[in-house]
Amino acid sequence: MSAVNPNNAPTLTVKRRSLRERLRESRPLRKLLRNRLAVFGLFIIAVFVLMAAFAPLIATPKDNCLRDLGMTSSGQVYNPLQPYFWKAIFVPPDSCYTITRISFSPVPTPPSDQAWFGTSQGYDIFYGIVWGARTMLKMGLIIVAINLLIGIIVGVISGYYRGWVDNVIQRVIDIIFAFPGLILTVVLVAIFRPSPTTIILAFVATGWAGYARIIRGDVLRTREMEYVDAARSLGARDARLMFRHVVPNSMTALLTQVVLDLGTVPLGIAALSFLGLGFPVGYTDWGQLINFARAWIQGPSGQPLAYWYVTFFPAICIVLFSLGWNLVGDAARDAFDPRTR
Amino acid sequence: MLTFIVKRLIQLPLVMLALTVLIVGLLQFLTPEERAAAYITSDAQARNIDKIIRDRGLDQPFPVQYGKWLGAAVKGDLGYSKASNEPVIDTIRERLPATAELAIVAAIPIILVGVWLGTLSALRKDRFVDQFLRVFSVISYSIPTFVMGIVLLVVFYGFLGWFPGNGNLSVINQFALTDPSFHRYTGMITVDALLNGKFDVALDALHHLVLPALTLIITSSALILKVMRGQMLEVLQSDYVRTARAKGLSERTVNLKHARRNALLPIVTFGGFVFISMLGGVLFTETIFGYPGIGEWGGTAALRFDVPGVIGFALLNAVIVVIVNTLTDILYGVVDPRVRFG
Repeated sequence: MSAVNPNNAPTLTVKRRSLRERLRESRPLRKLLRNRLAVFGLFIIAVFVLMAAFAPLIATPKDNCLRDLGMTSSGQVYNPLQPYFWKAIFVPPDSCYTITRISFSPVPTPPSDQAWFGTSQGYDIFYGIVWGARTMLKMGLIIVAINLLIGIIVGVISGYYRGWVDNVIQRVIDIIFAFPGLILTVVLVAIFRPSPTTIILAFVATGWAGYARIIRGDVLRTREMEYVDAARSLGARDARLMFRHVVPNSMTALLTQVVLDLGTVPLGIAALSFLGLGFPVGYTDWGQLINFARAWIQGPSGQPLAYWYVTFFPAICIVLFSLGWNLVGDAARDAFDPRTR
Repeated sequence: MLTFIVKRLIQLPLVMLALTVLIVGLLQFLTPEERAAAYITSDAQARNIDKIIRDRGLDQPFPVQYGKWLGAAVKGDLGYSKASNEPVIDTIRERLPATAELAIVAAIPIILVGVWLGTLSALRKDRFVDQFLRVFSVISYSIPTFVMGIVLLVVFYGFLGWFPGNGNLSVINQFALTDPSFHRYTGMITVDALLNGKFDVALDALHHLVLPALTLIITSSALILKVMRGQMLEVLQSDYVRTARAKGLSERTVNLKHARRNALLPIVTFGGFVFISMLGGVLFTETIFGYPGIGEWGGTAALRFDVPGVIGFALLNAVIVVIVNTLTDILYGVVDPRVRFG
């Protein structure tokens, strides 16, 4: 083309807007930020993310975790010049995900200097909550990412090729949807025995279907649109059509689902742990802390609320975590919903 | 109308058949010995495990195994549950009425409270009541069932001591059930006790139902509230509501007769969805309150890796879901003629 262009003719330049500019002009984003409840939700999530990221600095390593990090005292972790500072934050050894055990007596002890939120079954509740935030967010991200990937691929195949492929995939999804709540997940974990891998697999086996449904519906709709025909007539192949032209159009619907799932998936894992089907005893996860609390519902006679801290701290964290994601998720749904514009 | 219903009913067994394929397919990940464990009830049989594998065709290819499994399942043989120490089918028969009782006691308030508060919220849009109810609903559906149950247990059983925290009947009244003059008509204790004229037993059973039911009500009614509010707001914007107002009808008639009736239509479908999500909650509610229903058995079975138990439990849940979905579809066709003829 350049040969045709005379030297003195003005060239057309398309200014690409920077990401920051595009974000500032994004109508849904502005709408989201105007919603006070959503901002509150974002704040809660930010607190948990910070808590998870800086877990080693908030609940300092002790016992085996200290040894595996090559440290001699908990206070050393605050020194960013040492390699164990970075190791503790980015790649902590497994032993750090074990709740510090203060004593071997199961009877709860009230909040003290040694254990700020008290102990439950001898475990330090504060340590369990801070590192548990890490477990919750990490597992949530891993599972949602895999679900999203599988869901997009399967949904695109189902919606683009239609016919019997679509039919088979949709019937499989129908079956997955026939199990209420966590029941299929519980069954899968029980059959294949609990371990971090089976937990992830069980959530993936049941979780991809929701994304596949959303994508399929959108693909069926957008594949008939003119801009897709235009791309096709320019010779774009199937894969390019799908992933450059059709899938990006479904992103907003997916994003809402991702936000909601980032809240519900970790809660599902906590629920599994609560039943005793999650991580091994003593692992830092919130469901387990609630499970410990079941033995201490009633205080000793005369002091019915003596063990309040055993239930209160884990429960409030779980509820706030879930509330944060729900507030943002609901607001995102409203913001992206074209009907409310 | 009839063809609509028949069409829906024909799909029912097909979906159920597909479900069983999935379930038996899952079992293929286990060894034949592990699969045979489902049918072992005594030491003598345990020593004869090869015979069970041969008789049941557990080392055969999948289609053969599936055929044999289905043949046995149709006759009611779903294996032996270690968690309840009896055949799966007997456990289901004994425990299903208790769960049904809990579900009924919870479902009625869930729908009534959800519809009432949802309407209220919509009619007072952006006023204090509406703001309050919206915050209340997002908080209550953010509380997972297992946390809600524990919190209610701590407050109403541990602290206030108003309600019992375990089981479905006081020990003293359990003897009343085993009395030969006590007829078990339905298996639901409250109903049976009333039919037998034992009002104290019925009251005791209800007393035990309060906390588990409340757990389900708080977590589930918020969902109905939210959808009802949205529907109501949409309907209030519509032309026929304006017409009704223009005709000079009273505000009450417009809101309740014209607007709410139509806003209720989607609640029929959504009610099915809430019922299904409540079934998932039953697993946790019953486990927390030691309520001897299906959910508590499922939880114990999962914890003990009782494979026939969890499979029976899952199958039962799925069958209930499929039936509920079919019923809500049909019901929706009944209340909304557009679906039938559209």
